[in-house]
Amino acid sequence: MTKQLMKGNEAIAEAAIQADCRHFFGYPITPQNQIPEYMSKRMPKVGGCFLQAESEIAAINMVYGAAGAGVRVMTSSSSPGIALKQEGISYIAGARLPAVIVNIVRGGPGLGGIQPAQSDYFQSTRGGGHGDYRTLVLAPSSVQEAVELTQEAFDLADIYRMPVMVLGDGMLGQMMEPVEFGTYKRREVPTKEWASTGTDDKREPNIINSLYIDPDDLEKENLDMLKTYDEITEKETRSETTNVDNCEILIVAYGTTARIVKNVIKMGEKNGVKIGLVRPITLWPFPSEEVAKYASQESTKIVVSVELSTGQMVDDVKIAVNGVKPVGFYGRTGGVVPLPEEIYENVVELAGGTK
Amino acid sequence: MKTVFKRTDMLVDIPQHYCPGCTHGIAHRLVAESLEELGVGGKAVGVAPVGCAVFAYKYFNCDMHEAAHGRAPAVATGIKRSLPKNIVFTYQGDGDLASIGAAEIVHAAARNENITVIFINNAIYGMTGGQMAPTTLPNQVTTTSPYGRDVAHCGMPIKVSEMLATLDGPYYIERVALNNVKNIKNAKKAVKKAFQSQLENKGFSLIELVSTCPTNWGMTPIEALKWVDDNMIPYYPLGVFKDKGAE
Repeated sequence: MTKQLMKGNEAIAEAAIQADCRHFFGYPITPQNQIPEYMSKRMPKVGGCFLQAESEIAAINMVYGAAGAGVRVMTSSSSPGIALKQEGISYIAGARLPAVIVNIVRGGPGLGGIQPAQSDYFQSTRGGGHGDYRTLVLAPSSVQEAVELTQEAFDLADIYRMPVMVLGDGMLGQMMEPVEFGTYKRREVPTKEWASTGTDDKREPNIINSLYIDPDDLEKENLDMLKTYDEITEKETRSETTNVDNCEILIVAYGTTARIVKNVIKMGEKNGVKIGLVRPITLWPFPSEEVAKYASQESTKIVVSVELSTGQMVDDVKIAVNGVKPVGFYGRTGGVVPLPEEIYENVVELAGGTK
Repeated sequence: MKTVFKRTDMLVDIPQHYCPGCTHGIAHRLVAESLEELGVGGKAVGVAPVGCAVFAYKYFNCDMHEAAHGRAPAVATGIKRSLPKNIVFTYQGDGDLASIGAAEIVHAAARNENITVIFINNAIYGMTGGQMAPTTLPNQVTTTSPYGRDVAHCGMPIKVSEMLATLDGPYYIERVALNNVKNIKNAKKAVKKAFQSQLENKGFSLIELVSTCPTNWGMTPIEALKWVDDNMIPYYPLGVFKDKGAE
């Protein structure tokens, strides 16, 4: 297949269609508008349904209904809109439904701004809504990876019956890169016997529900979900490493920031400072083992979390490093994207300056 | 022996949790009988609300979803857009539909979403213990309007059927009551007609059922039925507010 030049947002939308998603419910918010716009153009051509909801809240509840009816369904939004969806995401998690949610993150809190940020790390990886649950969070760092992870998100959602979030940022959503579809190899997914599609007078009713009024029943459900989360942690944790062997400074960065850090690594090479990178691809589950492994090697002086926030992922980095090495942080926030030089200077400074 | 009356198979034969004298039981039966008589039970997918009918998913003998508070019309939209040949209905109370879910019901109606909404108006939040609802009458005493609903302080009740009938979208809207045999018979006709219109792909239908809450009104069931005649129906007049089929 040939490559085509596409905007991140549009590529994510097309990837969903390629993954047989035929239902999309959304609400306008910058910087993700090209996703619903693309869907509104494409869905009618492939026999699908694009519907602009009256709010993010309505959109996620439409997703809940469609997911319960057994179809592949997606919604997208950006930070404040995702906050509005969190109640619905909690219900989707509680009712054990597969759905894909795309968050093209912008700066916050409040109305915040519309420029790229990674300040939704907590919102994404700590459940976000109420209750004892997790969402699988995939963090692409290129448009090509966004395509593949969006496609995989649908499979993961079906396999584990849970909401899967694709977490990009305004930069990834807005930039154009060459992409190729059809590179993703589909995973085997179970059939949806649980779906509420009408009994057809042939079976007992299927009920899509997250209400367990007896605490023993709810605890059992919570523990059952935990078993799934443990299985995901074991099987689906993913990261990419660059230049990590015998590095002095180990940077942990994801998404757009990780791309910038790759230039920081090159600057280090020029200056004789060995910088390595662990790039989490799944933010939850967090690649703690990879981070711990390279933090523990003798050469590593410091582990630095670099983010477009005031320091959120750094908590997970500290948990992973568990005190074996110092952990530092560098970030720009509010929609400001740092230059490689700036990151380089700051991480070297954190490591105690150049030799 | 000839069977003259039989419990509808579209209700699961288990005890319901509703208070004695509450009209939810009647409302459930009207919905269930209508689905059965139209022969669409196997195609039906219902959406239960948050409120007194939160356990409705256990009572209707068809596929069900339990929605978040107020969001049933959005959930039903998601279902219907995925399963356009199924019969999709929501069952919602006044707090659920007219307060927290006001946006969802307005937009489902505006889109003429091909679903049926069963709206229980008993002018109070029942499940949480009798708080003021958006449909609580002026001066009505509730646990959060202990001196009576002060309309200067918290505004006037919402007449949902009249409000939604101002939209160009919806196909059929009628208000009926469940407080005597005649009204219940009319209610049955309206509920069945609503499902029939969905079956014919006509679009959005809403039946507002003026109901009782003896427990939280602090009345006997019989007093409550009379209170509907004396107070509810004068404020919420019965009738058809929108019927594109008759236009």
